[in-house]
Amino acid sequence: MKGIRVLVVGLIFSLLLSTLAFAGLSGKLEIFSWWTAGGEAEGLNALFNIYHKLYPDVKIINATVAGGAGTNAKAVLKTRMLGGDPPDSFQVHAGHELIDTWVKTGFMEPVTFLYKEEGWDKVMPPGILNIVKYKGDYWSVPVNIHRANVLWYSKAVFEKYNITPPKTFDDFFAVCEKLKSKGVVPIVMGTKDGWEAGHVFETFLIGTLGAEGYKGLWTGKTKWSDKRVTEALMLFDKMLNYVNSDHSALTWDEAGQYLIQGKGAMMIMGDWTNGWFMAKKFDGYGWTLAPGNEGIFDALSDSFGLPKGCKHRDNVIAWLKVLGSKEGQKEFNMRKGSIPARTDVDMSDFNEYLQSCAKDWNKDKIVPSVIHGAAASEGWATEYKDAIALFVAKRNVMKTQKALIMAAEDAGVDQ
Amino acid sequence: MGKLNQDKLYAFLFVLPSIIVIFTFIYLFIGWTGYISMTKWNNVMPNLKFVGFRNYSRLFQIERFQIDLHNTLVFTTLFILACITIGLGLAILLDQRIKGESIFRSIFLFPMSLSFIVTGVVWRWILNPGSAQLGSVGINQLFDKIGLGFLKSGWYTDPDIGIKAVVIAAVWQLSGYTMAMYLAGLRGIPYELREAAQVDGATPTQVYRYVILPLLKPITIGAIIILGHISLKIFDLVAAMTGPGIGFSTDVPAYFMYDTTFRGNKFAQGASIAIIMLIMVGVLVIPYLIFSAKREEA
Repeated sequence: MKGIRVLVVGLIFSLLLSTLAFAGLSGKLEIFSWWTAGGEAEGLNALFNIYHKLYPDVKIINATVAGGAGTNAKAVLKTRMLGGDPPDSFQVHAGHELIDTWVKTGFMEPVTFLYKEEGWDKVMPPGILNIVKYKGDYWSVPVNIHRANVLWYSKAVFEKYNITPPKTFDDFFAVCEKLKSKGVVPIVMGTKDGWEAGHVFETFLIGTLGAEGYKGLWTGKTKWSDKRVTEALMLFDKMLNYVNSDHSALTWDEAGQYLIQGKGAMMIMGDWTNGWFMAKKFDGYGWTLAPGNEGIFDALSDSFGLPKGCKHRDNVIAWLKVLGSKEGQKEFNMRKGSIPARTDVDMSDFNEYLQSCAKDWNKDKIVPSVIHGAAASEGWATEYKDAIALFVAKRNVMKTQKALIMAAEDAGVDQ
Repeated sequence: MGKLNQDKLYAFLFVLPSIIVIFTFIYLFIGWTGYISMTKWNNVMPNLKFVGFRNYSRLFQIERFQIDLHNTLVFTTLFILACITIGLGLAILLDQRIKGESIFRSIFLFPMSLSFIVTGVVWRWILNPGSAQLGSVGINQLFDKIGLGFLKSGWYTDPDIGIKAVVIAAVWQLSGYTMAMYLAGLRGIPYELREAAQVDGATPTQVYRYVILPLLKPITIGAIIILGHISLKIFDLVAAMTGPGIGFSTDVPAYFMYDTTFRGNKFAQGASIAIIMLIMVGVLVIPYLIFSAKREEA
């Protein structure tokens, strides 16, 4: 008799618990992103799986728009947001792309309460917290961190010619000269998509200006007329002499083939290259930082936020909690090939590069990437990208610097 | 008299809905775009502060836009010339009353039934320069195989060719259409005229040079207008085939407008590009409208 009573009470209790856990969470959740292929799509699915286990009654709608760096997705998102039909949550680069485009304009709801409840403000470094913050509130949850200022090299080529990875610009060009005389392409680059050159140039700016000087470019503390900007342009111009001649026909990963085949030696590209090498089953690569970038972490981050007027607010809050959780950050980043924004995730299951990257994330100075939306508003970043893309074709230092000054003025930063 | 007025009233009432719709959705929106182009709206949220022609003067300082205008000029000129030459040539050949004429006519016309997106994707593949690793593909591979390897080129990835590669695709699509226009024109010329010329001892070349071509002038003007307005506002072909290209060598104003408006959030700047494109097309079309209106009166 007693046994039955215990059983009944237990049953009721567990029933109650289960209904409590799923209270109110049903219906749909629409997640908008440009993660359609490879590791990033797998990462997104891993997040969906975690979410689905916790809230089986919520139907997830995976709204993706294909296109690298989100160029097409952002246009679609804009029409939806301005038209009053926001997706429940959307992928956005943390930093000015988030703040200038969506927060200042009043499209988002702050998620500071989640940071307090979950303690995220204690486990993420200030470098990332500062760029998702505006007027004392947090506005999105960063899922991952990528590093932009990495120089990848072919171990085989470096060993063959007895080269040590360069640290300064002088070393770098000495290595280039040596490799060129041996008939190896010193730097491989693909400029087909328009943004890659801007990406490499950003690391050159960091190299000549340092962390504070580079950050100042986006706030007005450093003028674009600064002679160190001229110097960066001249160094970049010099570097173009050592680049594969067919760069304009290739995307960055097509150019990376040179490295895999040992026909090219070095490539400056973000650390998604690491994931790409793994996918190509290539492990003969080494890494160091772009010249002059010692101790600086050029970061970009994908994040998700809470749009005002989204249809399933509670579901979104649950989603953001999954994104910020240790488990979510680990499962996603292992697949995407990036590091968690949280510094307390166990990194032992990540590969060697990512482990070293995570160490730097804890100690380096963090600066925001411009070409990937963190450092400047979209309008400014677009003009910066155009100016550098033109520079690759025309190689005119004066004109390019003038265009860069004008872009800053357009963005309302006095020069 | 009363009856006539009533008829006029009815006629007016019948066209009124379309007048309202056209006025609202075309002319009002043109006016609205014109207004936006003179505001400060260069962010996501509308800012309708009037700034006069500042967006325009800024626009002409942007090197990308200067390149775009140059590209448009090159594209329009080559595209119209090539379409008219090829179209007229094909029409004259088909006009010889050859066997299977309708089959050829259909073949030449078929590309027109495709959208520019399809054409763009197909020609992107055909003119793909290939790569050092994968070897050549598309037309470069064809050149390799038939021993004409020296003809290989980077096509649209070569900044010196750039927009001219896009011209190839556009001509492929629309020269058949130009042919159809000319063929109709040729068929409209009474046979007696040719006979009369022949009786007077004109050689076939002379017949074309002095009799037929002058009579085809209205067709040519029509073709220039139609092809010209397509080429001045071309967007989809470029978007599908090349994008802005290296150093903006395949960029056009419409693509820049899309980029700056929807990626750069500069709505006012985008609107001023739109107005400049409207003016360019206007320069081409308005004289034609006046010309044809005058002819109708006469």
